[in-house]
Amino acid sequence: MSMNSVIEIENLTKKFDGLVAVNHITLEVMEGEIFGFLGPNGAGKTTAVKMLCTILNPTAGSAKVCGYDIVRQRDKVRECIGIVFQDRAIDTFLTGKENLDFHARMYHLDRKTRQKRIVEMLDLMDLTGKENMRISDCSGGTQRRFEVARGFLNHPKVLFLDEPTLGLDVQARRNLWDYINLLNEQEGITIILTTHYMEEADYLCHRVAIIDQGHIVAMDTPEKLKRAVGLNLISLQLAQDSSGSLIDSLKQLSWIKKIEARDGSFEISIDGGEERIPEFIDFADNRGLVISSIKLYKPSLEDTFLHYTGKTIREEEGSLKELWKAWMRRSEGKR
Amino acid sequence: MRAIEVHRIIDPLPIYTMWLREMKRFLRVRARVVGSLLMPLFFLAFLGLPMSLMPARQIPGLEDIGYLNFLAPGIVGMTLLFAGIMSGASVIWDKEFGFLKEVLVAPVNRFSVILGRSLGGMTTAIIQALIIVGIAVAMGVKLSSVSGFFLTIIIMILTCAAFTGLGLIIATKLSNLEGFMALMNLLVFPIFFLSGALFPIQSMPSWLRYVMYINPLTYGIDGLRGTLVGVATFPLWLDFAVLIILCVALATLGSYFFSKMEAA
Repeated sequence: MSMNSVIEIENLTKKFDGLVAVNHITLEVMEGEIFGFLGPNGAGKTTAVKMLCTILNPTAGSAKVCGYDIVRQRDKVRECIGIVFQDRAIDTFLTGKENLDFHARMYHLDRKTRQKRIVEMLDLMDLTGKENMRISDCSGGTQRRFEVARGFLNHPKVLFLDEPTLGLDVQARRNLWDYINLLNEQEGITIILTTHYMEEADYLCHRVAIIDQGHIVAMDTPEKLKRAVGLNLISLQLAQDSSGSLIDSLKQLSWIKKIEARDGSFEISIDGGEERIPEFIDFADNRGLVISSIKLYKPSLEDTFLHYTGKTIREEEGSLKELWKAWMRRSEGKR
Repeated sequence: MRAIEVHRIIDPLPIYTMWLREMKRFLRVRARVVGSLLMPLFFLAFLGLPMSLMPARQIPGLEDIGYLNFLAPGIVGMTLLFAGIMSGASVIWDKEFGFLKEVLVAPVNRFSVILGRSLGGMTTAIIQALIIVGIAVAMGVKLSSVSGFFLTIIIMILTCAAFTGLGLIIATKLSNLEGFMALMNLLVFPIFFLSGALFPIQSMPSWLRYVMYINPLTYGIDGLRGTLVGVATFPLWLDFAVLIILCVALATLGSYFFSKMEAA
């Protein structure tokens, strides 16, 4: 293989008395990839990332980040990663620039590099002009961008983003996605992110691991994951009723897999995507049929999640929240 | 298998960075600066001045100096106690607001982190204490000598370091703010009231005197009183000895607990 792996995980496991949060996960992440852990709250994705960031020690199994063992070479790992935590971890009394400067010094960057990198990151994340505002006066989206800028300040090889857009409004979320993409493209950095937003995983990630109750249930590109669930669907309505002739002639086409007629409208399973629509219209034209509406449905990652776990991500969240609460009660009782 | 790699224990840049952050935070929150000076000011103005008008000639320990002179070092000691414990315990705030994680995952030895942080807290505490000395002098307190004043600063550093260590121990063992507040009231006020800050040890019944003897702040305040206004209960070497031992023990224990703290 020509690509180098940046992260190698083998049978990584974490137990919190009785509860197995991460259950023997094994995977590899390649250099330059945006890799996503997708799953509901409590599925174990944050725990997995925390172990990779050396915040938690694994119960069993091992992992290497940038070639360094996450337990035995903790400080080496810390030097080559950047982290954006799920909860805010930025000093709100200081300005954005002071926070960046603090981080750069803690990572032993010399004065010249510090100044250069801070200007670069402010520019890249579009924060120039806001750097002297106190963090407590910045909007949630801006605070988050400062955190991403900070995580990337020390030139990490891998950037961990734990639920980067949690609590942001739609626009701020879109914005942040673009910045994350930019980081990945311009600086060639490997990005590991966790999310429970389908769109986020779909939009950003080159590969996604669907994680449920500590297990990885599926792992592939978003495209392939979606395709595995089922074929794309064309929904169609004709101007005049001539269903019989259409169905017969459609059956000649090799990429049409299944046709269902429902009083005047058709649902047609196809092998392929948008490129089939013009073909389809041509085909109907040649037979003198007028299409009044046509629409292409693709399975979403939501369907994929449903397919692999038997639950939608929202149902899952509800029940896991209950589980989590019960667990918290138990552990509090013990204290 | 290789042992866990450890960074330099004394790492100057991060130490300075942590110190700088404490200073910036202190100067930025004006309300906190003013607030931290108000209570000692009230004690001096509303307790010290009126009490100094009362006849105190008969009370052992107060015969020669008058109450305001007696009280001033006690209030300086109180400032160091509160500011020191707060400096150590403010780790809880960092934990609560998430900033601690950012610090703990940096490739820096934990001892350097806590050393820089504590030095910052101590600097602000000693600045406050010096301001109180200034206020006291303005109210008419007479300082004994210039050389004594330099010894005062050394005692301030020792007292402050000891209580910063104590605050740190509390912070690493407690996980929430509520528990901290309760413990503050339970611990800090008895330490303050039973330290000889407000009344002379000699005039107390013997059982209470023994309680005051085991209170570390007693020696800090006695040392401050000896060096600042020239009246003391114990010999100065004893104050120094107790403070140094205490300071080393509490600071070591505090930084040890901090280094074992989980980042998550």
